Amino acid sequence: MNAQDATPDDLAPKERHNIGDLVFFNLTRGFAAFTLLLLAGIIVSLLIGSWESLQKFGFSFLFSQQWNPPAEDFGALIPIYGTVVTSLIALIIAVPVSFGIALFLTELSPVWLRRPLGTAIELLAAIPSIVYGMWGLLVFAPIFAQYGQPFISATLGNLPLIGALFAGPRIGIGLLTAGIILAIMIIPFIASVMRDVFDVTPAMIKESAYGLGCTTWEVVWNVVLPYTKVGVIGGIMLGLGRALGETMAVTFVIGNTNFINNISLYSPGNSITSTLANEFGEATPGLYTASLIELGLILFLITLVVLVFSKLLLMRLAKQEGTKA
Amino acid sequence: MNMNDTQQVISAGGEGQLVPQIECRNFDFYYGKFHALKNINLQIYKKRVTSFIGPSGCGKSTLLRTMNRMYDLYPEQRATGELLLDGNNMLAAGVDLNTLRAKVGMVFQKPTPFPMSIFENIAFGVRLHEKLSKGQVEERVEWALRKAALWDEVKNILTRSGMSLSGGQQQRLCIARAVAVKPEVLLLDEPTSALDPISTMAIEELVNELKGEFTIAIVTHNMQQAARISDYTAYMYLGEMVEFGETDQVFIKPKNKQTEDYITGRFG
Amino acid sequence: MNLLTRRKLINQTALTLSLFAMSFGLVWLIWILWTTLELGISGLSFSLFTQMTPAPGNSGGLANAIAGSAVIVGLATLLGTPIGILTGIYLAEYGQHTWLGKSTRFINDILLSAPSIVIGLFIYAVYVANVGKFSAFSGILALALIVIPVVVATTENMLRLVPNTLREAAYALGAPKRIVIMSVTLKASVAGVITGVLLAVARITGETAPLLFTALSNQFWSLDLNEPMANLPVTIFKFAMSPFADWQQLAWAGVFLITLGVLGLNIITRILFRNKHQQ
Repeated sequence: MNAQDATPDDLAPKERHNIGDLVFFNLTRGFAAFTLLLLAGIIVSLLIGSWESLQKFGFSFLFSQQWNPPAEDFGALIPIYGTVVTSLIALIIAVPVSFGIALFLTELSPVWLRRPLGTAIELLAAIPSIVYGMWGLLVFAPIFAQYGQPFISATLGNLPLIGALFAGPRIGIGLLTAGIILAIMIIPFIASVMRDVFDVTPAMIKESAYGLGCTTWEVVWNVVLPYTKVGVIGGIMLGLGRALGETMAVTFVIGNTNFINNISLYSPGNSITSTLANEFGEATPGLYTASLIELGLILFLITLVVLVFSKLLLMRLAKQEGTKA
Repeated sequence: MNMNDTQQVISAGGEGQLVPQIECRNFDFYYGKFHALKNINLQIYKKRVTSFIGPSGCGKSTLLRTMNRMYDLYPEQRATGELLLDGNNMLAAGVDLNTLRAKVGMVFQKPTPFPMSIFENIAFGVRLHEKLSKGQVEERVEWALRKAALWDEVKNILTRSGMSLSGGQQQRLCIARAVAVKPEVLLLDEPTSALDPISTMAIEELVNELKGEFTIAIVTHNMQQAARISDYTAYMYLGEMVEFGETDQVFIKPKNKQTEDYITGRFG
Repeated sequence: MNLLTRRKLINQTALTLSLFAMSFGLVWLIWILWTTLELGISGLSFSLFTQMTPAPGNSGGLANAIAGSAVIVGLATLLGTPIGILTGIYLAEYGQHTWLGKSTRFINDILLSAPSIVIGLFIYAVYVANVGKFSAFSGILALALIVIPVVVATTENMLRLVPNTLREAAYALGAPKRIVIMSVTLKASVAGVITGVLLAVARITGETAPLLFTALSNQFWSLDLNEPMANLPVTIFKFAMSPFADWQQLAWAGVFLITLGVLGLNIITRILFRNKHQQ
């Protein structure tokens, strides 16, 4: 075995009778185990915390539209709807835009601009979500209500089928606004990952495509994108995970309303995170709190499923490729 | 070995006379400030194999890559002078690169199959330049794979990923891919340097078979390979064309002492 | 339209759209930063740092929130970093192929992407509910749980980048494993590990959700870890959502401070890592 194949553990002397080494080894191993227990702990504690609600409502919790604290009747459908819809809107906007940004940074931009522009996009990711939330509510929402929403209604709103999504009073906040703010938040994550994997595509395979007479777009769409699809999907999943779990950016602009009576995206609503943020402080211990904790459990399970699914997908794709050139 | 073959090609090949397909006139090339190719003047004849030999860094790959203007991808690289393809200057403004590259194909040092099925790897290039029916595309793919001596090995696994083939097969796939768009010229940049001896031999046989139909320019660091398969040889050193002539003449009776030194292994 | 012309048109359209996409991203960045700067700077004053959070209608500052954030973030980093580094060391130096290593790595990935509000809920369920009240300490626990996965991931990645030949040289001198790790491998990747810690700090500085159910907030000055403690994010949340103009003004100033701190940390880590890299 040469130096490259050995893992650090292979290199170490095998005798562990050295007390110092034994202690150190177990110390690090203990903390690693701690991380393992943490995950189990989270699931278990959330289960326990939401026990009252689980017992009372069972599976119907997932499908009930009720959210009535005084009557002690709770259902997760509205928050789940809000979480899913806002995240979907965010993905629909963010994925093409991120692809465009990655395309620009790797193929179109002059070389001296690449680093500064790339850094600028990454800075978007560093801005804390509370800034997005506050800006969204106090700066974006009024302007959106005045100019953005009428424009969208006039254009997309007149199309058959999807027109109904853009109907109703234009108050600036609501599901669509939350989706847009989320999109801006996750663009830097997805764009950075895409840009990174596009960059490490071997020049020779791109030159092969150019050599056949491809245009730049044809090279990227037909060769680079399939070549990097593992990384691209990973990046999208990362963005989705963030969107699902985002609290502050959504809470400020989603409208904090616990009923939905039409499919318009202009309506205010609630997501799991905004429900928790707005109501946990005043929830009475007991069923109210338990229901809220159950919402948290549901959110955790959703993000867990998305993450595990994406990892399985990535493993399958990597296997399908066979040997890479 | 080559004497009789060369005579036969020249006299009986149908293209009896030597027609220059690619010509370099007072051609210079720069990587930024570095003067990489100096005053190159040469002709590459139609339907012949021309090989470029020389020590590392002499500029042979650089020269090859100018012939399909691959250097255009990199802003600091530029060429001056004239580079003629069938009499037209390819360095002039307004030259359509996509069309140029359909006429002048390239195979690289390492096999570069696209992340697509074997069939798609070939069909992809064809569809770029021609509007063909599904049946016509399938015909062309089979034709190209046969030309690359790969058809029998892959005819039942056409839907498998191009990347699942062995190294030698992948390189033949790349040759099939380049041939499928029916170029007139094939540029081969050290096509066997990453392959084992058996695959290398297979590719050399392939070049021999292709040379009646295509003009081939091949860069190789393996002198014996150049002696084996090419009709004309160019010896380059430090960005200059030191000697150019029929392969036999260059290897057996080089005109230039530098050439002789390299070929006899005195340096390089 | 022939094939070539159509292909060229598609190419041109795609590249133009990518330019729009880039501008789209930049526009938001500039707009958000500009607004934060504009509205936040006008609220900057000496009193911001010296006076406590006021009741609506009164003037005041953010002193207790700033101090509280500093305490909570600082202690959370102090708590989470060693755990993160030691776990990262295990993953890189001992656990590359073990079952524990693989599971931990997988779980760490999950925790990295876990919604921070769920972390807050977890601490609530485990600590706050049992102790019976909100406290700064529970907030510190929650933020530490966010620090740990970030530090684990960067530590492991940085240690992996250290070439094996360096380790072999140390073993060849007869050094025991823990010395090789602490004195050679870790030292070689110290810039990267510090970068990881700074990024974790930047991340938790702006985190609001986990503090909502743990440290809560406090109108007054308190450095008692067992009591709710004022902190910038939750204070901003409360003030920004309120209808009071002077509270909103303070919220903007707070947001400006946080953004400054976070972006500053990010830029510092870039410079730090780039310098070490070039050496």
